[in-house]
Parts: sequence; structure tokens; C-alpha cells
Amino acid sequence: MSQDVLVVAEHFRGRLNDVTFELLGKGREIAQALGGKLAVALLGHEVRSMASELGAAHLVYVADRAELREFIPDRYGAVVQIALKEAAPRLVLLGSTSMGLDLLSLLSARGGLPCLDNCTRLDARDGRVMVTSQIYGGKIFAEVVLPDQTTLVAVVPGTFAREAGQIAGAPEVRELALPTLLPEARTTFRKLIEPPPGDVDITKAPILVAVGRGIQNGENVPQAQELAELLGGAVCGSRPAIDQGWLPKTRQVGKSGMTVRPKLYLALGISGAPEHVEGMKQSEMIVAVNTDPKAPVFGVAHYGVVADALDLIPLLTEEVRRRALEKAG
Amino acid sequence: MNIAVLAKQVPDLVEGLEIDASGKALDPDSLRYILSETDDHALEEALLIKERVGGRVEVFSLEVGEVREALYAALAKGADRAVLAQTEGEVRLDNHTLARIFADLLGRGSYDLVLTGVRAIDDLDGSLGGLLAGYLGLPYVGLVRKVEIASDSATAIVEKEYPGSYAAELEVRLPAVLGIQAAEQPPRYVPVSRLRQVMKTAKVEVQDASLPEVLPVAVERLSQPEEGAGAAMLSGNPEEIARQIVDLLSERRLVG
Repeated sequence: MSQDVLVVAEHFRGRLNDVTFELLGKGREIAQALGGKLAVALLGHEVRSMASELGAAHLVYVADRAELREFIPDRYGAVVQIALKEAAPRLVLLGSTSMGLDLLSLLSARGGLPCLDNCTRLDARDGRVMVTSQIYGGKIFAEVVLPDQTTLVAVVPGTFAREAGQIAGAPEVRELALPTLLPEARTTFRKLIEPPPGDVDITKAPILVAVGRGIQNGENVPQAQELAELLGGAVCGSRPAIDQGWLPKTRQVGKSGMTVRPKLYLALGISGAPEHVEGMKQSEMIVAVNTDPKAPVFGVAHYGVVADALDLIPLLTEEVRRRALEKAG
Repeated sequence: MNIAVLAKQVPDLVEGLEIDASGKALDPDSLRYILSETDDHALEEALLIKERVGGRVEVFSLEVGEVREALYAALAKGADRAVLAQTEGEVRLDNHTLARIFADLLGRGSYDLVLTGVRAIDDLDGSLGGLLAGYLGLPYVGLVRKVEIASDSATAIVEKEYPGSYAAELEVRLPAVLGIQAAEQPPRYVPVSRLRQVMKTAKVEVQDASLPEVLPVAVERLSQPEEGAGAAMLSGNPEEIARQIVDLLSERRLVG
């Protein structure tokens, strides 16, 4: 085993995803601390040109084949396994994403390699690699010292700075030696499904009023909607609010949903699980209202209130309206 | 269509979580267990498939917390069989251990589809479904929100969620393991009277399972977020708080 770090790159519609740069920046720092190199596994079709954007890495393993045009968990797993054999890295970094999560478990079981998900902190010191994962909806941090063997770690998107991975450089590009015929895949790609059309684009709203499980039921959504409209913004929600049918899928913030960066994100009754936080932590100002003083959302919020959001919404609405009238009057 | 559903018990987050004296695990006395939310969705999706194309739904769980009640609830919802796996000795609940136990149990039957929640709140070491598929040598797709069985029952057409509200439609040859993110409709509700009736008439089957030799990743320390860490906490009565928030917005010219 080397002391190298291998990042599995992720891209969509011809563009590398932010999470790839986030992993590159952190991966480079860890590789340096361990005295190893940073490598990237770049899988896909007609992706070779993307290697020029991977300047943070020393080495890019490219697997560029028509059969890899779309992400197929088993097929990608088999190819990344070949990269692992070639690179023998100490640490493999993936995004805790739709693609990364499938790969993490498949590679761990097939290769007999330990794995960790939900990583929100990663350090290397004196040859040791330490991971902190956020579990139980973000309410518990688990610190793990990685074992002395190739270990797979999936990092929550948005955890590390993207800029640190966007460095100019000329990494060595190496074709991954693949069998002429990849093993027959039992899964095939049929089509990409676009987001449902015809709703407000929450990524463009300057102000977002976000609701979660804490607003208790869908009948309370119109109150939040009224406040959002009064503020010139839109209403959105965390996964539970969407799965309960309180809001359409287009209003979902977080994993599988949208990543938003409004001027104000007012989180009402949202506890702040990592899969929600990854979609909103870059908002300019976050105000969170939750009944639980230990709610992880207060860890990313700029201002916090321990209260029942349902009590606060009408008061906020009234206060905003009163000031608007004062100004007009 | 023979469908196996893996149902995992996880701590209920409504109860406060407490860390034990070792600092490396949750205090078991502080925990109340419930069915993992995404597993509830996996069960719902399995029942929907059964209603559409026929077949059997079998639910597998490990002896943890109030699991029997959850298994009776699954039977009351329409599952055909509920299996409770018992192991000797203390059960570690890491997903590698669970995947090995379930791989052994499922090997005793024959299933076209294995459904489980794509992730649970206590997942530290990957997702159960992906690990199981890896051990069984079956195809796996995670973050699935819709499953349709082809007319010849040889494949499933699934929708896998992607970031940004996109999704991919994939065709998976069966048998396969799917990690369900959400069922096509919210999980059904069981009236208490129906649950009571099922508890009298139906049976939860107990099977012995051997505890596998799995080297878990060792947790050094657990900790909790500090109260209000990061955020400046506003205090006062609700009216005062509302005024303070609107003042903050006003300072940033976000309001009136």
C-alpha cells in the first residue's frame, strides 16, 4: 500500500461536480501530510479533456469508454476496483452522493475494504488519518482513526472548500488498463429524467423560508408561504416536508434536491441533518428556529432561536407587515 | 415476484441521545428504537409492487428494541412473512455485520428483489443494501424512488435520484438489491385494531443466525454538537424575538 490518496471524480453533463474539487483540495492536503501523492480516477466517455481541470492531482487514471458514458453502479465499481489495484492508495475519497454512496458500499464489500460515510472532517497527523462522521441526523459526531489499510471515505458535499481543489497544474494522465470487453452489466441506463418543470426556481430566490418536520403538517405550509411572499422570497423544504407531500419536489433543498445560496435562509423546524445542510450552508445569512437547543442546524446558522416555529411564524409575518405599513405611512 | 425487505431498528431521535461512560457508544438505556424511516419506505414500495404484479413480501429484522411490534405492523400492512433473526451474544449493529447476517438468511430462500432503505441515521460504514449486494454478487442501485417490474418479471425499471432534482431511469436485471430513498406514496398507516388482531393471529418466525467475523472500524470517541455552537442565539419572549429577527433583516436591507 502506498501513502497516496485517490479521489473518484464525479461529473454530470460534461462538467466536473463541485464535490470533486472539494475532495481534490482536501485530498491534496492529506496526501502531503502522509508523504504520498494525489491521484484521481476519471471514468466516463469523452472525459479525457476534463483531466486538464484536475491540476491539483499528480496523476489522473482515465477510463474513457462508451460503456462508461453513464453511471452504472456495478460497472463503475468494477472499473474503480481496477484503479484501486493499480494505485494501492491509503485513502479513497468519494462524495457522499448518489454515485459515491453506491460505489462506497459495493467497493467495500467486494474488495474487503473498510469504509466510512458522512465524513465532515478529515485530518492527517503523524502518519495517522482521522475522520469525523456526522451520524444520527447530525446529532452525533463519531471520530474514527482509519485502520492501516486502504480505506474508503465518503465526504458530505460542501464540507471542504472547492477553491483548494481548483489549482492549475499538469498532472500525468495514465490510461487505466481495462479488459477489451468490460464484464456484461446487469444494469443498463435508459434515460435521464429532468427536474419537474413549471415551478419557482428556488436557486434564484433571494430569500428562502424553509420548512421541515417541525411544522408538523402540511396545513401549516400556507403560513410559511405567506411569510415568504411578504419577504419577496419563496418557500422550500427539507426532505421530510417533500416526502410527506407538503411541498413539490422542486422545492427540496439538500441531497437529491437543490443547492441554494440565498441572501437569507430562514430554517423553520429543520433539525439540520447533513443531507439538508449540504444544500444550504453557503447561504449568506441563516436564521434557524428549532425547539431542540442541540439541533445541529445551530452549528451552521448565524442566528438561532430555540422556539416552536409555529409560534414564531405569525409573529414574524405581523412584524414584517407592521414595518412595511410604518414605512408606507 | 418474491420480495425480501430488510428492516432495521434505529434509535428514535425524538428522545435525547446520550453517550455512555466509555465515550465510544450511545448509552443503551437512553435509547428507544423505531423502524428506520427509509426501511418503512422500502416496505411500502414492496407492498405496492406486490399489489401491482402479485407475489410475496417477506420482512427480515434483527432482534433489537421493539422490533416484534414493527414486524407485526409489517404483517398488518400486508407482508406475508416476518422473520426475526437472533444471534448469540451481543450484536454489533454496524452495516458490515448486518449485511453478512442478512446475506446468510437470504441465502436460505430465493428472492427476485431485495429492498432496503438506502440509508439509516446510524449508518457509519456505508449502506446496508450496497454491502449486501456486494457480498451476494447481485446488482445494486441506491437512492431509488420508483420501481416498476417488467411484464416478463426478468427486470425492474427503477428511478435513481441524482443531485439537483434530476433522476436516472435504469433497467436492472433481477435478482437485484435496491436501496430505497422514498416509496411512490407515503408509507401506509396501520389502525391499532388491525395491529391487535394480527398480533393475535399471525406469527413472527424466529431464525438463528450466526454472528460473522467482521472487523469494524473502531470509533475513538462520540460527541454531540455544543448547544448553540456557531449561531448567535436570540432570546426573549416570542414577540421580542420576532422583532430581533426583523431588525437583522432590516440591517441587511432584506426587508422594508
